[in-house]
Amino acid sequence: MDNGKSKTWSIVLTMAFTLGLIGISGLVLSDDDYEDDDRWGQSRLDVAPVDNVFYKEECGSCHFPYQPGLLPARSWQRMMGGLEDHFGENAELDDIDAQQVMGYLVENAADTSDYKRSRGISRSLGKNDVPLRVSTTRYFQRKHDELSERMVKGNSEVRSFSNCELCHTRAAQGSYNEHQVKIPGYADWDD
Amino acid sequence: MKTGNEVLFKGLFVLLVAVPLISQASVVDKEQADYQASGAGPFSAQKGEQLWQREVISAKDGRARSCTTCHGSDLRRSGKHAKTGKVIEPLSPAVNAERLSNAKKIRKWFKRNCKWTWGRECTPQEKGDFLSFIRSQ
Repeated sequence: MDNGKSKTWSIVLTMAFTLGLIGISGLVLSDDDYEDDDRWGQSRLDVAPVDNVFYKEECGSCHFPYQPGLLPARSWQRMMGGLEDHFGENAELDDIDAQQVMGYLVENAADTSDYKRSRGISRSLGKNDVPLRVSTTRYFQRKHDELSERMVKGNSEVRSFSNCELCHTRAAQGSYNEHQVKIPGYADWDD
Repeated sequence: MKTGNEVLFKGLFVLLVAVPLISQASVVDKEQADYQASGAGPFSAQKGEQLWQREVISAKDGRARSCTTCHGSDLRRSGKHAKTGKVIEPLSPAVNAERLSNAKKIRKWFKRNCKWTWGRECTPQEKGDFLSFIRSQ
């Protein structure tokens, strides 16, 4: 009887110790991940991936199809109201198509999403902020503040922060984990 | 007597080559018929080629813009978006079967690109000439 009990206890203790070790190693290995509430360092999704074929086709035929969860609904509404001058390009859609795209963007916007980057972006905005570029949000800037000019804007293979997928190798899947970052021309870079 | 292989081969030819060509032709014909209905025509590939090269100084950045700015002069080759650098697949239906096969896309891109390049929508005459030119490449 006693023997069985102590055996059970030793198993419980071993498990607790192992879990503790995993937890500690996670903390030690990835400080930034911990801040992001992602202490296992796994490739968990950061924003909901794009799951709308029409959106992917209409918007993604010109640029990276940014996940709706990267900007709040008010930003998408303003952007869709000005497609005639879309960052200097004409990206007009007819009314029915524009409605369809906007519906998808607004329903899945950062301020209605539970995904961690979406929440982070939302929280970093003031009530009256209506950013049209993800890269102007405080959250984005904090996450990229260690990068020098020549790594992105001055990097002929990247050119702009708007080209998420050129460095974030899993961006299309909605994963922006820093361990998956590969900056073209900076093979050895690791922050 | 036809062998089974012959029938299969002909069937494949119709499916893979003839059907896309026919659909492309009928889409362009239909668009051009619409332009004609609004008083334009006849259309000329040669005129379309001249328009293709026509430069207009942009009110936005003071630089010359033409179709070639992004698509290049050789429609059988890829172009490059002037700002984003994104590769634009060849416009020539002979090397890119998807081109001119979808009326909605033709209208969408005429509207966007005429406005961006020339600062106004293209007339039915210009669009008809463009389609004749692109189709001939």
